[in-house]
Amino acid sequence: MVPEVRGASLVELAAGVAAKKWRSRDLVEAYLERIASLDKKLGCFLLVDGQGARRAADGVDKKVAAGEAVGPLGGVPVGLKDIFVTRGIETTAGSKILKGFLPPYESTASGRLAAAGAISLGKINMDEFAMGSSNENSAYGPVHNPWDLERVPGGSSGGSAAAVAASLCAGTLGTDTGGSIRQPASLCGVVGIKPTYGRVSRHGVIAFASSLDHPGPFGRTVEDAAALLEAIAGHDPMDSTSIPQPAGAYRKACKAGLAGMRLGVPREYFQAGMDAEVEAAVRTALDELGRAGATLVPISLPHTPYAIATYYLICTAEASSNLARYDGVRFGHRTTSAGSLEELYAKTRGEGFGAEPKRRIILGTYVLRAGYYEAYYGKALRVRRLIANDFAAAFAACDVLVTPTSPTPAFKIGERVADPLQMYLADIYTVAPPLAGVPALSQCCGFTKSGLPIGLQTIGPPLGEEAVFRVAGAYEARTDWHKRLPQDPS
Amino acid sequence: MPHIHPDEVREIASLARLRLDEAEILRLTGELDGILGYIETVKSLDTADALPMTHAVPFDCPMRPDEVGRSLTIDEALQNAPRRREGLFEVPRIVPGTGGP
Repeated sequence: MVPEVRGASLVELAAGVAAKKWRSRDLVEAYLERIASLDKKLGCFLLVDGQGARRAADGVDKKVAAGEAVGPLGGVPVGLKDIFVTRGIETTAGSKILKGFLPPYESTASGRLAAAGAISLGKINMDEFAMGSSNENSAYGPVHNPWDLERVPGGSSGGSAAAVAASLCAGTLGTDTGGSIRQPASLCGVVGIKPTYGRVSRHGVIAFASSLDHPGPFGRTVEDAAALLEAIAGHDPMDSTSIPQPAGAYRKACKAGLAGMRLGVPREYFQAGMDAEVEAAVRTALDELGRAGATLVPISLPHTPYAIATYYLICTAEASSNLARYDGVRFGHRTTSAGSLEELYAKTRGEGFGAEPKRRIILGTYVLRAGYYEAYYGKALRVRRLIANDFAAAFAACDVLVTPTSPTPAFKIGERVADPLQMYLADIYTVAPPLAGVPALSQCCGFTKSGLPIGLQTIGPPLGEEAVFRVAGAYEARTDWHKRLPQDPS
Repeated sequence: MPHIHPDEVREIASLARLRLDEAEILRLTGELDGILGYIETVKSLDTADALPMTHAVPFDCPMRPDEVGRSLTIDEALQNAPRRREGLFEVPRIVPGTGGP
């Protein structure tokens, strides 16, 4: 039999492959058909590797038939944000400057997904170099939110969130530097988790801001996200910032319940500027968590008002350094005529980068400049410490924090592009956890009257992914928001 | 008072080896002015007792055994180079001399 993949859960699809209820090849064909008929309207995939996916699926099916183990994700079709380098498969990071780049190696995270049996259907659209909150900064066109095609899916992993929402694949990988997994998960009504910094290897993840970049998964359900995280988490000698401790039992935690847990509610995350429907949905979710057996504790994170400025100082400084490698010499775009090496660099970069990377390179170079370094970048590193201290103090009084993910639901394509500062300010609830390196998950906690998803964020202490999954799993078990599906675009 | 002038943006673009046209410089000057104005908010904060935090998770530079592992072959390393010659990346001449392009 072939299951209905629209709305299907990844862990159920994997279980069905292992139990010979259906073949991986049939799942691949079903998703490829959905991509072929729906993705013109959505814009999620930059590259579909049908041939590679069919070959890998046939390999899984052969193993199943022979009675061999196929891994916990055996045979399930997934998608990869185009920031994960994939050996021999074009990887662009959403940028013109990397058009045609064929990586000679594989990222640890995508390699581990494959080792767990997952089948990659291809590479997914994103804001250029993961810089953006709307996916409008992709050099290859915007992604449309499956709940309303005139609206953004969020960003920078907008394609990864939209692909799961629209059932174009069973799960995806993304990256989160200031909210790039959680905000699109919120705007598309799916589950996304940014784990603890260093929990998932950055090896082979094209760098935006190295001290803030967190790879992580998207799933339709909390358990789907947990299963994907179990596959990709763990120590990697190829990333010197990788955490040595073994990964946790995330799937098990989803079903552990939250009796006795203390949930902190930070008052700075419920302030003027948030949409009334978002606030109402999040407050209702908090009540539900209280009824499920948790205790709600009022908390203060006093340095929250400084988080966005701190984040944009640090991420642009790191980005301006990381993007120095794109110079037209070793890979990517190269200008056609340059009389000198200096001119080769400047013209190549001026032609290859889009507006947002240019803006961030200039800002990052400005704040790192001799004479300005201490006043801007040095200051930001000190405020980052204060923000991390806020979280450490909060986790002395509670087990996790529960907040909204985004102050508004999905906004219209084009609505905020003219004002980058306003776009940055909307990251208010998502930028602090990466600064502190703590894990945070977004899941759907309701819909606006016009049918747009609303996100609930659960933030844990360092390596507290299991506590986060306990809360998210318990909430999902008591609600059915995750079962709502957007209509297929016609 | 503006936080940044077009001449500064030109200078920074030159430091960043990033060719911008005049329209980009003027647009970026306006945008950066707003962003830098907002960023001023952190300047008022007392951070005298806070140590700079460069990474979220404390770690020592880990060492590995000094063993030869697999690395990219020359062909793999050069396969994406827009211009290559004789097993090397090719760039415009940087030392004056005779011969060659």
